[in-house]
Amino acid sequence: MYVYDEFDRAFLAERVAEFRDQVGRRLSGALSEDEFKPLRLMNGVYLQLHAYMLRIAIPYGTLNSHQLRRMAHVARRYDRGYGHFTTRQNIQFNWIKLEELPEAMAALAEVGVHGIQTSGNCIRNVTTDQWAGATPGEYDDPRIWAEILRQYSTLHPEFTYLPRKFKIAITAAPQDRAAIKVHDVGLRLHRNEAGELGFEVLVGGGLGRTPFVGKLVRPFLPARDLLSYIEAIMRVYNQYGRRDNIYKARIKILVHEIGAEEFSKAVEAEWEAIREGALKMTDEMIAEIRGRFLYPDFATLADNPPELAEALKDARFATWHANSVHTHKVPGHAIVTISLKPVGAPPGDATADQMDVVADLADRYAFGEIRVGHEQNLCLPNVAQKDLPALWAALDAAGLATPNVNHVSDIIACPGLDYCSLANARAIPVAQEIAKRFSDLDRSRGIGRLHINISGCINACGHHHVGHIGILGVEKNGQEFYQITLGGRADEKAQLGTLLGPAVSYEQVPGLIEDVVETYLELRAGPQELFIDTVARLGVEPFKERVYAAH
Amino acid sequence: MPLIENGQIIEDRFLRVADEDALPEGVPVLIGADRFLKEAAALKGRQAPVGIIWPNNRPIADIAPYLDQLSLIALNFPTFRDGRAYSQARLLRERLGWTGPLRAIGQVLRDQFLLMERSGFDQVDAVKPADADAFDEAVHRYTVFYQPATPDERPSLLRQRLGRTVSGVPAGVPK
Repeated sequence: MYVYDEFDRAFLAERVAEFRDQVGRRLSGALSEDEFKPLRLMNGVYLQLHAYMLRIAIPYGTLNSHQLRRMAHVARRYDRGYGHFTTRQNIQFNWIKLEELPEAMAALAEVGVHGIQTSGNCIRNVTTDQWAGATPGEYDDPRIWAEILRQYSTLHPEFTYLPRKFKIAITAAPQDRAAIKVHDVGLRLHRNEAGELGFEVLVGGGLGRTPFVGKLVRPFLPARDLLSYIEAIMRVYNQYGRRDNIYKARIKILVHEIGAEEFSKAVEAEWEAIREGALKMTDEMIAEIRGRFLYPDFATLADNPPELAEALKDARFATWHANSVHTHKVPGHAIVTISLKPVGAPPGDATADQMDVVADLADRYAFGEIRVGHEQNLCLPNVAQKDLPALWAALDAAGLATPNVNHVSDIIACPGLDYCSLANARAIPVAQEIAKRFSDLDRSRGIGRLHINISGCINACGHHHVGHIGILGVEKNGQEFYQITLGGRADEKAQLGTLLGPAVSYEQVPGLIEDVVETYLELRAGPQELFIDTVARLGVEPFKERVYAAH
Repeated sequence: MPLIENGQIIEDRFLRVADEDALPEGVPVLIGADRFLKEAAALKGRQAPVGIIWPNNRPIADIAPYLDQLSLIALNFPTFRDGRAYSQARLLRERLGWTGPLRAIGQVLRDQFLLMERSGFDQVDAVKPADADAFDEAVHRYTVFYQPATPDERPSLLRQRLGRTVSGVPAGVPK
């Protein structure tokens, strides 16, 4: 965990005071709605279809139990008893009254939680691997670098009014769980041949109406130069990013229009001028941040303790264990993923009671630490293996032990037409219906790893382009239709999905998805071949033939 | 529109002259970039000061050869949401070494004053009189900053940042 100090607390208090003043000026008419909007967005306040929505940042996905408990309190006191975890390591409250907003914000600020830069045309909450610091094989804890970027980008005087929003993601493990290739800037931490720590830098990835996989602009950037290089990228973007058309204002369009090589040249030229300046980090500065991350005092334990071996005789526990428990870098410990995708519920929602349960369990079994992943699930990164049976029993009692992580019913979905003013089609009910079709756990286990992503509009908050199966809601003549793509992925081999065929009606979607999955089961080379690999091997044509013949 | 310089409302001694109008003798003038670049040679002989309005969609580096002819540079915010001039300001101060007056014009609101100051502006042309009155409050809203900005009084990054602010007041000391 990172520990906030007086400096961070002072900043947060001043930010809340500023926002309170801005709300006051809006209410008095001194600020027009046009003037107020970017200011409220930069504090996480949206006006949605039915009510104001408050989006809270969870920097690099790390929370402590006090913070989660406070979120439960806000959900209960100011919302309708639940919150929604998003694909960007945020939580959203959908039903807060405007007049209660400052109060809710103050309650969150007491535990160091806020909505700063969760929206608006600024550098957003920096995201990373939810297993950071716990997973084996990492080159470094990416959260240290995310924290450095959080500090650097918070209320940056030059980059608070960018052409468009700006998203940075970092991974430091061989498996990319942060989807860095579909971010404005993707950073892959690794070591060069000399053993020095540095970043591979990708720029211009993103989804939305013009999806791109990020382009490599620098294979190795020494870690100490991170901030000056990011500043160079931001400065080039701020000056040359398009401002004439909101749909062409993201950095991916600039990189696409001038080409990655030209873009890279401009960045390198700018960087040369500033790399030895004030942003060059010293070892002391980095060590200072590193020192503010406190790690659990792990006990010396052996893998596979007798308590675990005994519990694995229970089939239900064994199923959950196989699905939700992952290898930890410290022997005798484990990483636990908590599915927020029970069959029939909106993906990513957690009730206030469930948040309290997770907070309590984190205190009891996981050193008080919780993570939020971009798949809209929670995670306890540091659990002793001997405690897994008790943890599972408690999660199960709270409806939090659905063993479907990475399975076909672990669906990423945006709020869609049920909440969002931008949406053209529903997303949540589509996810619910598909999950129901695959609620049989033996069946979904037999299918293996398969990611379905659903977006209710072209803005792609559900990341449909990078779903193994992607579902995009569109509107035609006042009716909801859905385009299906296959073969997308957001990991280290990121690529965009290929359109399967014509859009189908709302009613047809679940059956079509079942047909796609059945086709995979018939065509796969064997049980070891994942859906995504079958699609990569055969392309979408065999799927198209079978699926559209049936519909 | 009240003009503020270093916290004080000041008289604007520069006269804004449209491209088609003749330049009055003996009066400091503020003119557009196109006109200035066209007439730069002739303007060298002029006795009274010349200021320039540089648009935010033109590379600021192009101004470099003319800096010694200028007495004021104004950068434009066509809307307050268009932040290009922040980068231009920093480049002018830190890269091109401009030490003269640097003015923010256009849709300049209270909520941007601090960012402008930290990006190197020392004059702001406020749209709203009430914002001008609140200048002091607006630029002292924060006592702490995470990132370095202007070259002289730079609050330093991360831990070294402690105790330093843009105005040189130690963090946590009441105003």
